[in-house]
Amino acid sequence: MTFFIKIGRNTLNILQGVGAASIMLFQALVGKPEPRKMFPLLIRQLYVVGVQSMLIILISGLFIGMVLGLQGYTILVDFGAEQALGPMVALSLLRELGPVVTALLFAGRAGSALTAEIGLMRATEQLSSLEMMAVDPLRRVVAPRFWAGFISMPLLALMFSAVGIYGGFLVGVQWLGVDDGAFWSVMQASVEWQNDILNGFIKSLVFAIVVTWIALYKGYTAAPTSPGISAATTQTVVYSSLAVLGLDFVLTAVMFG
Amino acid sequence: MDNLVEVKDIYFKRGDTLIYEDVSVQVPRGKVTAIMGPSGCGKTTLLRLIGGQLKPQKGSIRFADYEITELGRNQLFEARKRMSMLFQSGALFSDITVFENVAFPLREHTNLPENIIATVVKMKLEAVGLRGAGKLFPQELSGGMARRAALARSIALDPELIMYDEPFAGQDPISMGMLVKLIRSLNSTLGLTSIVVSHDIHEVMSIADHVVILANKTVVGQGTPEELKRDGNDLVQQFLRGEADGPVPFHYAASEYESDLLAGGQKK
Amino acid sequence: METRKIELLVGVFISAAVVALIFLALQVANQSSAMRGETYTLYANFDNIGGLKVRSPVKVGGVVVGRVANIELDPEYFEAVVELQISKSFSQFPETSSASILTSGLLGEQYIGLEPGFMDDDVFVLEDGDSIFSTNSAVVLEELIGQFLFSQGDN
Ligand SMILES: Nc1ncnc2c1ncn2[C@@H]1O[C@H](COP(=O)(O)OP(=O)(O)OP(=O)(O)O)[C@@H](O)[C@H]1O
Ligand SMILES: [Mg+2]
Repeated sequence: MTFFIKIGRNTLNILQGVGAASIMLFQALVGKPEPRKMFPLLIRQLYVVGVQSMLIILISGLFIGMVLGLQGYTILVDFGAEQALGPMVALSLLRELGPVVTALLFAGRAGSALTAEIGLMRATEQLSSLEMMAVDPLRRVVAPRFWAGFISMPLLALMFSAVGIYGGFLVGVQWLGVDDGAFWSVMQASVEWQNDILNGFIKSLVFAIVVTWIALYKGYTAAPTSPGISAATTQTVVYSSLAVLGLDFVLTAVMFG
Repeated sequence: MDNLVEVKDIYFKRGDTLIYEDVSVQVPRGKVTAIMGPSGCGKTTLLRLIGGQLKPQKGSIRFADYEITELGRNQLFEARKRMSMLFQSGALFSDITVFENVAFPLREHTNLPENIIATVVKMKLEAVGLRGAGKLFPQELSGGMARRAALARSIALDPELIMYDEPFAGQDPISMGMLVKLIRSLNSTLGLTSIVVSHDIHEVMSIADHVVILANKTVVGQGTPEELKRDGNDLVQQFLRGEADGPVPFHYAASEYESDLLAGGQKK
Repeated sequence: METRKIELLVGVFISAAVVALIFLALQVANQSSAMRGETYTLYANFDNIGGLKVRSPVKVGGVVVGRVANIELDPEYFEAVVELQISKSFSQFPETSSASILTSGLLGEQYIGLEPGFMDDDVFVLEDGDSIFSTNSAVVLEELIGQFLFSQGDN
């Protein structure tokens, strides 16, 4: 009995949360555009959300690509198929690891920061104070951060994949001696613009929306206390990671299934 | 008398706690209205109700031509362009300097050129004695300075109605005197309407034209300072004289003290 | 931090992403013109397509000229009907051409090898929607072994 009550209550809570989050996003994004006011805010947020996440993305991408090169080589060499290292590295990065790992890192790096920042603005009454100055905090605070996340994450994912492939090249070709020409040409023969690069890009766009949205909603509705903000930050990371992994399965099934 | 704000018979509950029962408050146009009352009686709440950040369960709140309780989101923002509020915590934006904080409402709601904005901001900062602190960030200010910076921001646009939530808290006698004069002069020179929440009875009584005393979930006294001093209500007299105990309990509602202590480890 | 520096760094960020995209497009992705630009469709029927998949390459002399667009089973003859999308820049295949399902390397992918046939006055050129008649099915390992054992038994 209590079990079903629990399920029912949780489902209702989740639905209510999704509804409230949708309303929040709708109010933030829909309305008369004011490019002159928005643009400087967007640039600033692109800096905070995008530029400041770039280093961790580049380094992680390089290492993951190098690991892929190493692991792939040791597996493929047993079959005498080390020429397939190029496509293996490129396809795993473009289709999966690029979008997914970028989204996970982004949730940890930028998402949690967004939640904490907005939660703290709520706790210190900065949001209330904006409201009383007749400035809508949804449009002023939430909207530019949303667009910045939406733009940054796919770009970061592209960089991640590119650097990762280069990492695979470093290990596979420069270190382990896979043939340079074969590495690239076999890769080129099996990587396709639309199926691999474009689909990976679409994935990261979807992840960008979901992660940024969760982060902003959690921050905006955080309880205005220290435990409230810390719980909201944790939830941002947990929920966005789960959402990214779950959605990744769905998208993969639709795109490549 | 012409009232800029008229709160009528509101009834307001926060969760399960009843905060107001049938509260009516008038704020005369162009005058300084003081709101006093014991801590926790809901003074900040009253300001938030007038600003439309909270909605009463019953009753009406009129500001100029607006019925605040019935406004939609966009109309509410329209109404708020004509008022401003100094928050109890200051609520300065922590990512921009004091100068930018004060300039914020100007940039948001006017198209003034940069040099005029700079002039206005400097004048406002000078008025609160912080012209030299424009380059500092809010976290580099002391509590009292932050309060004054926030005050400068709330008067930046010279709105029709300014609500000050405890502007004098944490101020030394000199800056306190300065702020009292500032609030009074904004009122007399620009004809602005002010609502001042404060516990500093003498300062407040010296500048207020109209005083509202809240206690026990309702208004216990309302009128000019002279009227209140002559008021027969015990609550009002206790509050004005600052007596420790009387009709207004100093404590938040609780169970009997002795029995609570005797109950030992049990939490209530 | 001052606005100009932020703008500069955001500019660097966007440019880095553009460089990554160009790298992916030019160095990593498929450059053959086979799938881009105009294509036309040919059909080929096989008894057995083995491990052929949609998007498998179609090659002539090792050069990719197109891709498998679709694979269906003919409900009447129970043959696999393979739809090939061939680049318009290779549009002169005679109807005597043959298509075989081949494997690249021992464990590699399967692909379709097109073998252009002879050209004659009364031989037509294959056009959009035409079928290739001469086809060789995929080699299935089990059948191969079976045949081998069978012929051994004969001796
Ligand atoms: N967010 C909240 N949720 C629930 N109850 C609240 C909340 N904020 C305030 N209260 C309650 O509402 C009552 C009035 O609070 P309010 O802040 O208006 O008091 P106040 O008169 O401004 O006090 P002070 O003079 O100390 O600032 C208090 O009893 C408080 O417990
Ligand atoms: Mg208060």
